[in-house]
Amino acid sequence: MKYEACIGLETHVMQKTRTKMFCGCKHEYGAEPNTNVCPVCLGYPGALPVLNMKAIELCCKAGLLLGCEINPHSTWDRKNYFYPDMAKNYQITQADEPLCLGGQVMAEVNGELKTFTLERIHQEENAAKNTHVSGASLIDYNRAGTALMEIVSNPCMHSADDAFAYIHALKLIMEYGGISDCDMEKGHMRSDVNISVRPVGQEKLGEKVEIKNMNSPSFIVEAINYEIDRQIDLIESGGAVVQETRGYDPDRGETFTQRTKENAHDYRYFPDPDLLPVEISAEQVAVWKSELPELPVQRRERYVSELGLPDYDARVLTAEKSISDFFDAACKQTKQYKLVSNYLMGKVASLVTEKGIAIGESRLTAETLAQVAELVGGGAISSSAANELIDVLFNEGGDPKAIVEEKGMAQVSDDSALEQWAEEAIAANAKAVEAYKAGNAASVNALMGYVMKQSQGKANPPAVIAMLKKKLDA
Amino acid sequence: MTDATHIDVSYVANLARIDLTEEETKLFQGQLDQILEYVEQLGELDVSNVAPTAHAMPLVNILRTDTPRDSLDNEAVTANAPAARDGQILVPKINEQF
Repeated sequence: MKYEACIGLETHVMQKTRTKMFCGCKHEYGAEPNTNVCPVCLGYPGALPVLNMKAIELCCKAGLLLGCEINPHSTWDRKNYFYPDMAKNYQITQADEPLCLGGQVMAEVNGELKTFTLERIHQEENAAKNTHVSGASLIDYNRAGTALMEIVSNPCMHSADDAFAYIHALKLIMEYGGISDCDMEKGHMRSDVNISVRPVGQEKLGEKVEIKNMNSPSFIVEAINYEIDRQIDLIESGGAVVQETRGYDPDRGETFTQRTKENAHDYRYFPDPDLLPVEISAEQVAVWKSELPELPVQRRERYVSELGLPDYDARVLTAEKSISDFFDAACKQTKQYKLVSNYLMGKVASLVTEKGIAIGESRLTAETLAQVAELVGGGAISSSAANELIDVLFNEGGDPKAIVEEKGMAQVSDDSALEQWAEEAIAANAKAVEAYKAGNAASVNALMGYVMKQSQGKANPPAVIAMLKKKLDA
Repeated sequence: MTDATHIDVSYVANLARIDLTEEETKLFQGQLDQILEYVEQLGELDVSNVAPTAHAMPLVNILRTDTPRDSLDNEAVTANAPAARDGQILVPKINEQF
């Protein structure tokens, strides 16, 4: 029998706010433990949470970027559970009336553009960080109460590839939208995966299993593939999938039972009496819509239609926001768009990989890269000199023109120097000259190679060709 | 189990981490059933045209700006905890992932 997997994701995204969701404690990564805490986020009796308007705005803007309806009236609930990462013994969330409803994520899967529909986005708060030591656990409440939104998809994905493309597209939109930095290392984006299998053609969904709290897209792919196989094997061998929560062990490449339906949690949601509803007017939605930034797909179109880049370049550049931002900044300083693109995809990309640092951490700036493109475009330096120059700028920084001068990288277009190299080349390459005169025009390239070698790459190639032809045809 | 007219006291007590004796369970079960029965009277009213109430106060949009303010000193925080180590709150070992 053929089976089909149905996969839905609940993706938690940490929003880029300065303070927490319900109190003015700073939201910062890497602070000393328990220094960004107060009676509200420590759950002291009598403390009153107050909503962060920036978080509400970011959640709604995320919704607008994803085509959600903004709920005109949304409310707050308590999700009760006993676990020390939430000092209040409940998490504030939105059960019945979330901020955003519906929506979709468009993503390319193996060359095919697919639409994955969303159920909702709700606003909630993050939990504290636990560190497990021998016989005890240590709790740092700095992260407790920071703004966290949960993007819930429908069970509309059918493979690990779908889920991977969905997460990637979502991450890009959150980054471009200024909603979140989506730093996976810092746990800015984590997903729970709901997964079931059913015989192809059956409408009813199979019994689902939830795999909790994964931040690495590659682990999500592994976990999904493992889980699809496990469930199909189970059914094929006469068993049945039971509804449960499983974890993923990346070392063993397996999922394992964490909690079954029998001991499932009863969170006893109820309205939070501390928090009043949020009402969002159509006027407010219109203002937020007008403030939405350009998304990757729009940037890609602009690079092609306005800057004349090939679609391939546009796609590569927009795949990472930091690169795309760098490109945009450089293109404010030069019209050599294609050259800037070439260097970003070529030399700069290889330096980023080689040094293992982000482009923003290097000494290269959008201004200096723009100047390199200008120097090449204006014929002042050759392409190979440009690569050398970028290397210096990336590692040491500095003024491109000064470096060109200091290192003698300038391209020679001067006729008397070229004439001398051309004569040497003709004298030393009798065979190529003969072939050229016999009608093989391409053999001029051998002569040019000689000149480039003699000039240590400084000769201007088009000028060399012109000079050689002038001499040979004379 | 628990539905609109009956609360299973031992189930709810377990969720709330309250230890009850058999006598207490029996006593509270009877009392809670009575209370629910009393509240059931509200069922006589037709509320089909009434919007659900999220809050007793007729207010909305109580918001604050995203401006940081000072937090508590770490010493004050750890002093309030039953146990602490290296600026962190020390609790019995936990391992289940939520």
